[in-house]
Amino acid sequence: MTAATTAARLRRIAPIWVVLVLVLVGIVWRDPTFADPPTLLAFVKRSAPLAVLALGQLFVVISGELDLSVGALITACVVAAARLGEGDPSRTWWIILLVLGFGVVVGVVNGLITTMLRVPSFITTLGMMLVLGGAVFLWTGGSPTGALAENFRQYGREDIGPVPYAVVILLAIAVAAYFLLHRSRFGHQVFATGGGTRAAELSGVAVRRIRVTSFVLSGLLAAVSAILLAGFAGLSANAGQGYDFQSISAVVLGGAVLGGGRGGIGAALGGAFALQAMFTLLNLLGMAAPLRDTVQGLLIVAAVAFAAYRLRSNR
Amino acid sequence: MSRKVLPGIAIAAAVLAIAACTSTKPTGAAGPSSSATPTDASQSKFYNQADFDRELKQRTETAQGDPSTPWLQTIDASYVDTTKYKKNPKWHLCFSNASVSNPWRVTGLTTMKAEVALHPEIGDFTVDDAQGKDDKQISDIADLQTRNCDALIISPNTTDALTPAVTKACQSGIPVVVFDRGVNTTCPVSVVHPIGGYAFGAAAAEFESQRIPKGGKVLALRILPGVDTLENRWAAAKSVFQKAGDNVVGVEFTDGDPAKTKTIVSDYIDRFGGLDAVWMDAGATTVAAVEAFQDAGRKVPPIDGEDEQDFLELWQKDGLNAIAPTYPVYEWRTAVIAAVDILSGKQVPKEWVLPQPVITKDNLSQFITPGMPPLFYSTCGCQKMPGFPQTWGGK
Repeated sequence: MTAATTAARLRRIAPIWVVLVLVLVGIVWRDPTFADPPTLLAFVKRSAPLAVLALGQLFVVISGELDLSVGALITACVVAAARLGEGDPSRTWWIILLVLGFGVVVGVVNGLITTMLRVPSFITTLGMMLVLGGAVFLWTGGSPTGALAENFRQYGREDIGPVPYAVVILLAIAVAAYFLLHRSRFGHQVFATGGGTRAAELSGVAVRRIRVTSFVLSGLLAAVSAILLAGFAGLSANAGQGYDFQSISAVVLGGAVLGGGRGGIGAALGGAFALQAMFTLLNLLGMAAPLRDTVQGLLIVAAVAFAAYRLRSNR
Repeated sequence: MSRKVLPGIAIAAAVLAIAACTSTKPTGAAGPSSSATPTDASQSKFYNQADFDRELKQRTETAQGDPSTPWLQTIDASYVDTTKYKKNPKWHLCFSNASVSNPWRVTGLTTMKAEVALHPEIGDFTVDDAQGKDDKQISDIADLQTRNCDALIISPNTTDALTPAVTKACQSGIPVVVFDRGVNTTCPVSVVHPIGGYAFGAAAAEFESQRIPKGGKVLALRILPGVDTLENRWAAAKSVFQKAGDNVVGVEFTDGDPAKTKTIVSDYIDRFGGLDAVWMDAGATTVAAVEAFQDAGRKVPPIDGEDEQDFLELWQKDGLNAIAPTYPVYEWRTAVIAAVDILSGKQVPKEWVLPQPVITKDNLSQFITPGMPPLFYSTCGCQKMPGFPQTWGGK
């Protein structure tokens, strides 16, 4: 095999997998037990909320928009689930349906405002973030009340046999999202919409419907992510803080392009895992917190710069 | 062609190299090196030996006053005359609040409003919320001086930034009461606070240190740097662990976020094959830390929290090996009472030091108020106030 063909093969691998492998090697170097299956599964389990969220964000980003409201939506779902459930296990089922329904409604509103009123999604979802944040604060007075029932929390916290619920849920969603994005007519239209809106419209794609549907998927998966996160960490007034930036970072790390038309389910998952693995590695390196934030920012920008460089060189 | 791959790998390698370099430097008290430098704690800008000694002494002193109303009790009080501030009701009471950004402060503000309602002499009560911003609080305080307040209560956001604003408020002639976090001036008529951060941090660290083998592995979790009472808590704990020869394996900031806390604790459990104790500078995320051990199928080691409901209930249910050195919420009542006393011309303590109860397994059940929400703080002293428990979110 010549050097040229090896390089050509290397270039076909999405760069995020290189980053992920490097970070994982770093983790195992500091903590060899990380490679044990239970520890690895625990890692996947706590990455699950971000991974699910990133999959939803991916649809919106590929269709050429952005969803900045997912963090606030997560917080609203967690706080509402505790307030309405009050720790009563018999209410868990309708609470789950309500939370998922709320995610869908927020997605529909985001989508309609963006497509019908032609407000850029950056503004629409930023506004939604403030509306949801303010509403949660007004409703709770800053401190959430109520409690999360054990059978509500089990999805983010407990295991089915040796495998955490969260991992099973993530796997199911990832497979469904894969078929929806890469194997269905809808998926092709999402790419078409983001890749060239005018061209898509002229070739008969219902661009508005595609975008609204993408926002609905993002809202729905943010609600799922809220259920997983509430299970993992419990009740908190700032449960979703930082998740908007992280979900967009994960998607972009996974090679999606802000502006639309590019991206993939596998690479977005890789992006979410790489981001979570970076947090773990920085913890393991015992770095002081302010420095850790700086390094985290640098790593994200560097990885995205790398992805952009690869994209340019491929053209 | 292969050149095109290289820059990216170079960037990644360079960033990893930076990360690796910094990792070799011991951070704070992390690593065994902390026990080799016993003077470390005293070099901190937030460590004052005299304050440390005084607070540790005050822990064992008997407070003056009725123990059933601890918000009226005082420790080491020296009283000041306030006849010059005496005024006929009804009064307009003003309050500049640092923030309501955490459940401790939410319980506090609710309790404070209930206390105001107990005093018919108070005609109006104006609250400005600085939302955790120094600059907003500075302008809030200036603004309140133009609104005919008869007395001004201030809960400062940060110590250094708010000192000039508080000094200016004092000069305006309105009686000023400062409570919770401190300022670097003695100009307020009365300063209300519980014993303090050193006493808090030491109580937790002593409990943990006594229950682990010598050289045991301790993880310290802190909310954020730079707030005096929180820095004092850690300074005291650090000195306790150093004296005992315990091995502080990590000092981490959690931002008060339960998900982050749980992740950090899980990482440490994996990395060190378990921990002998977890010290925390605040209780809001203790439950998340406990769950990290439970979910890993491990016994929960000695740990500390505060008087928030979810932790106390978990402690009782699972029989944790725990302690809760509180920072009592009832000081929010005391601040109003101090202002009322001043406007009535009654003597008040120049420094109103309140008792700081420590919850142990022996008195745990007294501190659990059934039917309250998970983020309720039971040292509010509000259990017998009108509107309890509904106003505080209880049933």
